[in-house]
Amino acid sequence: MNFELPKLPYALDALSPYLGEKTLEFHYGKHHNAYVNNLTGLVRGTKFENAKLEQIIKEAEGGIYNNGAQVWNHTFYFFGFSPDGKREPLGEMADAINKSFGSFDQFKEKFSKAAATLFGSGWVWLVKKDNSSLEIIQESNAGNPLRSGLKPILTCDVWEHAYYLDYQNRRPDYINAFWNILDWDVISSRF
Amino acid sequence: MVFELPKLDYDYKALEPYIDAQTMEIHHTKHHGAYTAKLNDAIKGTELEGKSLEDIFKNISEHPAGVRNNGGGYYNHNLFWKILSPRSGEEPTGDLLNAINKSFGSFENFKNEFSTAAASVFGSGWAWLVKSNGELKATSTPNQDNPLMDVASVKGIPLMGLDVWEHAYYLKYQNRRPDYIAAFWNIVAWDEVAKRYLK
Ligand SMILES: [Fe+2]
Ligand SMILES: [Fe+2]
Repeated sequence: MNFELPKLPYALDALSPYLGEKTLEFHYGKHHNAYVNNLTGLVRGTKFENAKLEQIIKEAEGGIYNNGAQVWNHTFYFFGFSPDGKREPLGEMADAINKSFGSFDQFKEKFSKAAATLFGSGWVWLVKKDNSSLEIIQESNAGNPLRSGLKPILTCDVWEHAYYLDYQNRRPDYINAFWNILDWDVISSRF
Repeated sequence: MVFELPKLDYDYKALEPYIDAQTMEIHHTKHHGAYTAKLNDAIKGTELEGKSLEDIFKNISEHPAGVRNNGGGYYNHNLFWKILSPRSGEEPTGDLLNAINKSFGSFENFKNEFSTAAASVFGSGWAWLVKSNGELKATSTPNQDNPLMDVASVKGIPLMGLDVWEHAYYLKYQNRRPDYIAAFWNIVAWDEVAKRYLK
């Protein structure tokens, strides 16, 4: 089976000025695409040849895990954005955030801090636990919460490639910008 | 002892076209500068104040993550700036070349092994040429770890390191890390690497 790079539901310049067109060209067109191609090459002739990404994330190791998780993570990340979505959670999603973190502002602050302090490359996640409560977790490199049985709701890529062309060393500025392009209709539907 | 951000022996533009001036300036003043400040914060008022980094690294697994990450970040970049040189196109000679030939078969083989180590780091990290029990080895570490740390899988004296965090090359090379690694071979200060080997 060949894995495929999903088409984005917006143009590469649609998230500007928060994320520039050049960033999307490389991040989606090169990095995300390379993970897809690497994975397709690596699974050939293995037991993961016809596996779904979720199975790869739960069971694979090494390069197959890294590339499989990175394909899933980037798709999840890019599909959480839109140029004109709802910028705040509503309904049950908002209730769950208020219940777990006190308020949307307190959640943003805690998530932003987790993203700013993750050392090296990785992902920060908002996840739903079995009891429906929400939690923020940091994962390094390709780390994906499905592997530990948690349900991903939202993610922020803090590999330097996600923000270096726009923000260089200023990761906190990237995280501030991140809140302006989230589509909470999409994110709430995951919840 | 307070750790200080070292001055470079060359201008930010001196390594062009292999590493651009903007990358050098941000890398030195912002990234290395932040490691320096955070390292000083991390050890201030602790039992580690006044100790050398080499000593601290020996038992780094017993110290807080802030010391490991920022101590490594401070030390590794110090070494990196030293083993880079604007005199492009040189190659190792003398005892260092003999040691490279002995451990790797040839200078070409060594370049291949080191380049592969650098290209295969997944995420952020460093590739190293290490002197270990009289032998030379090409290896890598994640994030800001280094071969002097007790957590390193290959321990020894680092003679040469290549930063493969994306910040080291993204403005010029973006996703093309192999191009950055190929460029690196043009700006290695082999006299400095040899000095460290003979020490
Ligand atoms: Fe990414
Ligand atoms: Fe660096």
